[in-house]
Amino acid sequence: MKQFEALTRKKDNQPVRYLIVDDSVFARKSLAKMVESFGGQVIGEAGDGCTAITEYARTKPDIVLMDITMPQMEGIEAVERIVAEHPEARIVMVSSVGYQDNILAALQKGARHFVQKPVKPDGLYEIIRYVLNDDGVTAPAVAERETLR
Amino acid sequence: MKMELIQPFVGSLDAVLAETMKAPAKIVDLTMEEEGYRRKGAAASVTFKGQIEGRVILDMDPQAAAQVAGFLAGSEVHPSEAIVPETVCELANMVIGNAVTQLNDQGFQFKVFPPQVLTEEQCAAADLESEATVLCFETPSGDVHLNILMHYHRRRSRERAPISVV
Repeated sequence: MKQFEALTRKKDNQPVRYLIVDDSVFARKSLAKMVESFGGQVIGEAGDGCTAITEYARTKPDIVLMDITMPQMEGIEAVERIVAEHPEARIVMVSSVGYQDNILAALQKGARHFVQKPVKPDGLYEIIRYVLNDDGVTAPAVAERETLR
Repeated sequence: MKMELIQPFVGSLDAVLAETMKAPAKIVDLTMEEEGYRRKGAAASVTFKGQIEGRVILDMDPQAAAQVAGFLAGSEVHPSEAIVPETVCELANMVIGNAVTQLNDQGFQFKVFPPQVLTEEQCAAADLESEATVLCFETPSGDVHLNILMHYHRRRSRERAPISVV
């Protein structure tokens, strides 16, 4: 997989920490590979909205990648609950269902952005950069850093 | 079945396969299903409810499914690995999600439910109020079937129509 310029946290120059929420194990693995190619670290995973809420409180990630259609509790409701408790939460919706009502509902509940599946790494990278805003910086890609050592 | 209802699924499958297989897919057959659908490979089913109700089955030749799984996972995958049906579920999710997005833009409203691995060899036949269409796509790694069963909710549509005032 293509390696991107590593995105790090401005405050401590550490890798950006991600929570990935999707009922599909395969989708979670695929997203994890992508964020690792951005220099990120997956610190938690959840397969439904309820687990996402507890995992968010436990891990306090920098970015949440959240699916919409999930069993038990859907992504939009989970966003609402997480943002109510943690207004600083940065949640990016990642769903194959990308119609206007869904996007609007997610944004109104506090999601910061929306990506439609199938996810393209370049697009997701730019969105994460945008969502991190001033709290994220790019550093040379991991491979490049290792070459420099 | 109305062609404008099928077209988004065809376009969506074509786009998702092009993205995940990096190979062309072409429609080689279209049939109306009269008896219950018989599964051919690794398959997943997605149900949707609303103005249009029904379910879509994505059924892939195991070799084609393994190729997609390998591409998305970044390593070679054998058709018998557990990740293959999981991949078909995720692909079905993408195909149906993208198609439903297009149909929603045309004014149809509905809710999509999570995909499920289809384990039955033979599915029940469509009832009198439903129609099922089976599309067969040819890819370099094997055939991909899309079985679309729909029931258009006329009553619900009328409920949403504006009431004329005399």
